[in-house]
Amino acid sequence: MNGDAARADHLEVAYRGATVWKEANFRIGRGEFVAVIGPNGAGKTTLFRLLLGLIPPRRGTLEVFGTPPRRGNSQIGYVPQNHFVDRDTNVDARTLVRLGYSGPRWLPDLTPARIRQERRATDEAIAAVGAQPLADKSLAAMSGGELQRIFLAEALASEPEMLLLDEPLANLDLRRARELVELVHGLVRSRGVTALLVAHDINPLIRCLDKVIYVANGRVATGLPGDVLTTESLTRLYGVPVEVLRDSRGNLVIVGGEDVHPDPGA
Amino acid sequence: MTNLDWVWWNWNLFLDLRQMLQYEFVVNAFEAGTVIAILSGVVSYLVVLRRSSFASHALGHIGFSGAAGAVVVAVNPLYGLLLFTTVAGGGIALLGNKAAHRDVEIGTVLAFMLGLGLLFLAFYNGYATEAYSILFGDIVGISASQVTFVVATAIPVLLVLALVWRPLLFASLDEEVAEARGLPTLFLGVVFMLALAVAISVAVTIIGVLLIFALTVTPAAIGMRLAKRPLYAVGISVAVALFATWTGIFIAFYEIEPTSFFIVTIVFAIYIAVRAAPLVGRLRPSSRAAPAVGTDAADVGPAPDLHADSLTTAPRPGPRTP
Repeated sequence: MNGDAARADHLEVAYRGATVWKEANFRIGRGEFVAVIGPNGAGKTTLFRLLLGLIPPRRGTLEVFGTPPRRGNSQIGYVPQNHFVDRDTNVDARTLVRLGYSGPRWLPDLTPARIRQERRATDEAIAAVGAQPLADKSLAAMSGGELQRIFLAEALASEPEMLLLDEPLANLDLRRARELVELVHGLVRSRGVTALLVAHDINPLIRCLDKVIYVANGRVATGLPGDVLTTESLTRLYGVPVEVLRDSRGNLVIVGGEDVHPDPGA
Repeated sequence: MTNLDWVWWNWNLFLDLRQMLQYEFVVNAFEAGTVIAILSGVVSYLVVLRRSSFASHALGHIGFSGAAGAVVVAVNPLYGLLLFTTVAGGGIALLGNKAAHRDVEIGTVLAFMLGLGLLFLAFYNGYATEAYSILFGDIVGISASQVTFVVATAIPVLLVLALVWRPLLFASLDEEVAEARGLPTLFLGVVFMLALAVAISVAVTIIGVLLIFALTVTPAAIGMRLAKRPLYAVGISVAVALFATWTGIFIAFYEIEPTSFFIVTIVFAIYIAVRAAPLVGRLRPSSRAAPAVGTDAADVGPAPDLHADSLTTAPRPGPRTP
């Protein structure tokens, strides 16, 4: 159980021939809750695609649980960005969660033991996100917060050791966002799962975080939230003046960085 | 079939059936129709789930050109149909992820292929019956060799679908996650499109390219409205396709109108009934005293903390299951 969950050395990644970011060096320990933040198009999703083995690095090395990333790694549970379900898709939540467990396997499971095992894994994943009342509800009839819970259950069904959640808080109000963050935080603490969560707004996360990965200006910075999210650190990272303001309740506001798009289209 | 006008039907449907089944063409129609309805019912669920009804429409029309071309060179039109639909289906699938949504590319190829079909028709100097039966279907004209063709293509496709059903369902419902979990989504897209191509090719024999939706889209649209579990929805879809096909053949035996008309009408009537049922329930004054606003929003179970979400997100669709 020792060793890093993920480790990057001099990592560089390209999209359609152009470098998205380079010289990324970071370590993510097992059981850490990590926020991945940065402006739109900076390459946050690209980092996830690297970890999932969907794209290769251009330079440097990346390891996930001690081995190079490979597609189909069942140690990783993934909830993509802008993940949505068509409003006409009248399919129950349990079906989607069940596919998260057994969907990648090819041949049908016909033995009673396999079917029982599949049902148990599905029920456990649904219970882990507290979605029992939603299990038989149609995906088409769910709100954004309900869907995110179900997607999380789908990702959990294969009992992954790492969760990659791409903008799960988008379209949720602050209260729903906090609830989802607490849910993920609980999973991190109780199961020792490593979670990376891409977020636009750091504030719903800030009390639970172990680490921040800041992707901007073609670079990737990693550190403790208090070290990375400072006026000095972000100004250096962006290359233009950025200010980190703090309100009376400890919420952070980052001013200036949003306009910087070093690499559009990434 | 008009020369059968001396046959009368009566309310003893069993006797009617025995009477009908003495005719070989009726037996052919029931055999082919049954296999076709089962395959269409299964494939149409994937069509609806993957939002591929335009691809299904296009494949039917492209198949028409293939059939017309085959007629010109004196080959069984079914072979031309199958060739064109499988090549086009494979091509659409290889356009990449979300291929089903490539409406512009599909539409462009479709227009060209239909032009080709027109040219083939112009070359063909025979009477128009062949073209008519491809456009509108002619199940009572199915020969024993066509039954063999239908069975020989449809049964293997059904077996393949049964084998890869779960990954195919996963890739259709949640393509991005399925891809990240290691499934070859492009390959599964090709499998789906080839299955659709075969389903369309055999369904054309009974319903024709112009009415193909009645068997490749509507049955599953009904099934998905009535059931949330995929296997139940597929079961309903197959049942609707079977019921419409069998009833269509039955009526067509006694009436001179084309079978396709009855099949399409039955499917359509069921669809309308399923769509209208929730509306009727909502209109009934006694069913709920509260004002109609959002009656479906908050009645799903004991989890009030989750349901407050509805205030912050897009409007919900109406109730899905009657």
